[in-house]
Amino acid sequence: MTHAADRRDLAWWIDRTMQVLVLAGGLSAIVFIAGIFLFITREGAGFVFDRFDFREFFFSPRWTPTSNHNPTYGALALIAGTASVTGLAMVVSVPFSLGAAIYIGEFATGRVRETLKVLVELLAAIPSVVWGFIGLSIMNPLIIQVFDVPVGLNVLNSGIILGLMAAPIMTTIAEDALKAVPDGYREAAEAMGATRWQVTFKVVLPAARNGLVAATLLGVGRGFGETMAVLMASGHSVNLPTSPFDSVRALTATIAAELGETAAGSDHYQALFTLGIFLFIVTFAINLAADVFVRGGRRKYRRRGRRPAASANP
Amino acid sequence: MFEATERNRRNRKVEGLFRLLFLWMTCMLILPVALILGVLIVRGGPAISWEFLFTRPINNMTAGGILPALVGTVWLVVVALIASVPVGVAAALYLSEYAPDNRLTRAINLAIINLAGVPSIVHALFGLGAFVIFFRFGTSILAASLTLAIMTLPVVIVATRESLQTVPLAFREACWNMGATRWQTIRKVVLPNSVSGILTGVILEVSRTAGETAPIMFTGAAVFMPFLPQGVLDQTMAMSLHLFVISTQVPDVPEHMPFGVALVLISLVLAMNGLSIAFRVYLRGRKKW
Repeated sequence: MTHAADRRDLAWWIDRTMQVLVLAGGLSAIVFIAGIFLFITREGAGFVFDRFDFREFFFSPRWTPTSNHNPTYGALALIAGTASVTGLAMVVSVPFSLGAAIYIGEFATGRVRETLKVLVELLAAIPSVVWGFIGLSIMNPLIIQVFDVPVGLNVLNSGIILGLMAAPIMTTIAEDALKAVPDGYREAAEAMGATRWQVTFKVVLPAARNGLVAATLLGVGRGFGETMAVLMASGHSVNLPTSPFDSVRALTATIAAELGETAAGSDHYQALFTLGIFLFIVTFAINLAADVFVRGGRRKYRRRGRRPAASANP
Repeated sequence: MFEATERNRRNRKVEGLFRLLFLWMTCMLILPVALILGVLIVRGGPAISWEFLFTRPINNMTAGGILPALVGTVWLVVVALIASVPVGVAAALYLSEYAPDNRLTRAINLAIINLAGVPSIVHALFGLGAFVIFFRFGTSILAASLTLAIMTLPVVIVATRESLQTVPLAFREACWNMGATRWQTIRKVVLPNSVSGILTGVILEVSRTAGETAPIMFTGAAVFMPFLPQGVLDQTMAMSLHLFVISTQVPDVPEHMPFGVALVLISLVLAMNGLSIAFRVYLRGRKKW
C-alpha cells in the first residue's frame, strides 16, 4: 500500500507531531475534569474521612462551622435552600422555555425566528453577578412593595432570577430537540390534515420528548450550580424554607461566602470542599443523565428514519 | 376548492390561540430582561463618565472610578485566552478531523459537557486547590486566568468544532488526493476556511470570561488594589468582583455607582456577544459554498 507512511520526510514528521498534539488537546478535557475531581477531593479528603458524618451532613439543618465549642456541619438546610430555589426557578421557567422553543422552532419563520434566536442567545450572556445585582437592587424593593413583606431577598426573588437565567439554555436545547425531529414526521401528519398545533402536540413533542427532558435537566443543573446570583438574591440565611418569602442559603453560596474567611486545612475549609465534592457529583450525574437522554433521542430517529427507506427500496 | 367546514374553522381558531400563547411565552422571557436593561441604563447611565472609567476608586470605594477593575478584567481575559485558545482549538481539531467514533471520543465529549456544567464555584475550588496551593502560583492573575481558561474551554471547543465541520469533506478529499498529509490539509485548507468561525467562538469566550465572578474570587481577584497589576503574578481587581463588592460588602456606596459598574460590565459583555453574532451573520452571507 502506498501510503504517506513510506516517505518519512519532514512533512511526515510534522504530521505525526501535530496528530499527537491535537490528541493531547482532546485528552486535556478529560484530564481537566479528572483534575477538578482530584484536587477538590485532595483538599476535602481530611474532612470526608475523619469528620464526615453521613447522618449529620444530610439530615441536620444546623450549619454552624464557626462555633467555638461545637461546630456542626449539617448541610440539610443548604440542600433545602438550593432545592427550593432551583425548584421554583424550574416552575417559573420550564413552561415558558418550552413555549418559547415551540414558538421559535415550529411557528416563527424567517427573520422573526432569527431575531428571536439571537435575543435568546444574548439573554444567556448576561453575567451571573449582574443577575445577582438585579435581584438585590431591582427585585428586592419590588417584592417588598408588591407582597408587603419585610425582606425581599428570598426564595421567590432568587427563584425568579434563576428562572430567567436558566431559560435561555433550556430554550436553545429544547429548540434543538424539536429541530432534530425529522421533517418527514411533520409532513406525514400534515398530509393527514393535521393543523400546525396538532402536529406540534401529537407528533413533534412526543417525538422530541427525550431532548426536552435533557433540556430541563440541563436547566436544573444550571440552577443547582449557580453561585453569585443566588448568593446575592436569596437572603443568605441558613433556614429550612416553609414559604417562598423565607430567606435561604444555597450550597454554592455558602462556599462563596465562607471560603475567604477560613484557614487553609481547617475543618471548616475542608467541609466547604466537601460541599464542593457533593456539588460536583450531583451536577456530573445530571449532565450524564441529560447526555443519555439526548443520545437516546438521536438513536431513535436514526432507527425509525431508516426503516421506511429500507422498505421502499427492497 | 372545498368549502371550509365548521371543524376547519375551529381548528384555525385554536391554532391562532396557540400561536398567540407561545408568542406571549417567548415575549415573557425577553421583555423582563429588556425592562431590566432599561432600568440599568436609566439608573447607571448618569454615573458613567470618562472620569468614572479612567480613575481609581477613592474613599473606601465609595467614590472615584473603576480603572483598576477594568484593567484587571482585561488582564484576566487576555491571559485566559492565551491559555485556552490553543488547547481548545487542538481539542476541536481532534474531535472534528481525527476522532474515530469510539469510547474515547465519547468520553472526551462527555468531559466537555461536564466542564461546561460543573458549577462555577467548584471551578473556583479547583483553581484554589490546584493553581494557588499545589502549583504555588499564589492568588494571582495567572491562577485566576487558568481557572477561567479551563472553565470556558468548552465555549472555544464547541464553536471551533462547529466551524470546522462546516468545511465540506470534498475540500479535504481534494487536498488528500494531491498527496498532502492530514496536517497539511488542515493547515492549508481546513483552518483558512474556518478561521473566522473560530474567531466568533473566541469573542464569545471573551464575553463569558469577562463576566465570571465565582472562579476568580479565591484565585486571584482582590477586593481592592490601589495600583494596576504589573505582571501575571500580581493580584488584581476585576469588574465582576467589584460589582459584587460594592453592592454587598461596602457600606455607604452612593446608589449610582453599582448601577454604573453593572452597566459597564453588561455593555462589555453584550457588545462582545453582539460582535460575535454580527460576525457570524456576515460570514453566513459571504460563504462560498
